[in-house]
Amino acid sequence: MNDSPLILQTAFSIGPVPITHVVLTTWAVMAVLAGGCFLLTRKLSVEAGSAQTVLELLVGTIDAQIESTMQRDPAPFRTLIGTLFIFILFANWASAVPNVEPPTAHLETDAALAAIVFAATIFHGIKSNGPLGYLKTFAEPSWVMIPLNLVEQITRTFSLMVRLFGNVMSGVFVVGIVLSLAGLLVPIPLMALDLLTGAVQAYIFAVLATVFIGAAVSGEGAETPRKDTH
Amino acid sequence: MDMIKMVSILGAALAVSFGAIGPALGEGRAVAAAMDAIARQPEAAGTLSRTLFVGLAMIETMAIYCLVIALLLLFANPYTV
Repeated sequence: MNDSPLILQTAFSIGPVPITHVVLTTWAVMAVLAGGCFLLTRKLSVEAGSAQTVLELLVGTIDAQIESTMQRDPAPFRTLIGTLFIFILFANWASAVPNVEPPTAHLETDAALAAIVFAATIFHGIKSNGPLGYLKTFAEPSWVMIPLNLVEQITRTFSLMVRLFGNVMSGVFVVGIVLSLAGLLVPIPLMALDLLTGAVQAYIFAVLATVFIGAAVSGEGAETPRKDTH
Repeated sequence: MDMIKMVSILGAALAVSFGAIGPALGEGRAVAAAMDAIARQPEAAGTLSRTLFVGLAMIETMAIYCLVIALLLLFANPYTV
């Protein structure tokens, strides 16, 4: 049987700090994304070249998705949601590189991402409704719902984490098992399916983050959707 | 192989197999309803498919929970030392 997906393998250690393969892959993905963004945005011009057009198309699509989900100006949420989507997409597709496991196939990365969404939900909720207004949204529609709303905050963060982990990890697992049964060419359709699942899961994670933040933002006090602050 | 391991493997298989039934039925119903809605109102296909994807992810989470339980039984079982 393969290695347990719940145990991390240490690649090397810097002093007392063990560095796992997952951290290495994560940093590689981050370096690729940051470097790519730096190279692409270094020479922005009004007459866009082909690379800039693709970039604008991507940002425009993300903006349109956020706007149609939240029904408000996407500018404050673009960076977080866009980064989440692109990072998870590239992290999931890291399995296409030989000998690399996607970082999202381990529970720790997903837990960190879900914690970011959890913190961002609270942050945006407080920012748009004020601390008291945000606390008041827990008592919607009546105070009876307070325990349920509190539990929902925890469970949906947990399910965000487990969903991404389960989907990506099961893909890696299935490819591993098929690879040990039949080596050549047989796992390729499964790996293609894995890429599709990775893209869909990145999209779903981003959409759910948008929905959660949107639900926190659109409290009782924030009935001014679509502020034109371009 | 001792008893706990055998029972764990059985439990994992049962969790995944029976845990897949409910979400499968639910997803089938959701997709059928979305198809129906798109056939009636093709111009709303974008919104519908986005909502469908999010809903499917929600339903699918139930199956993923079963998978996680199965993996816990197989790899992180607290009773097999």
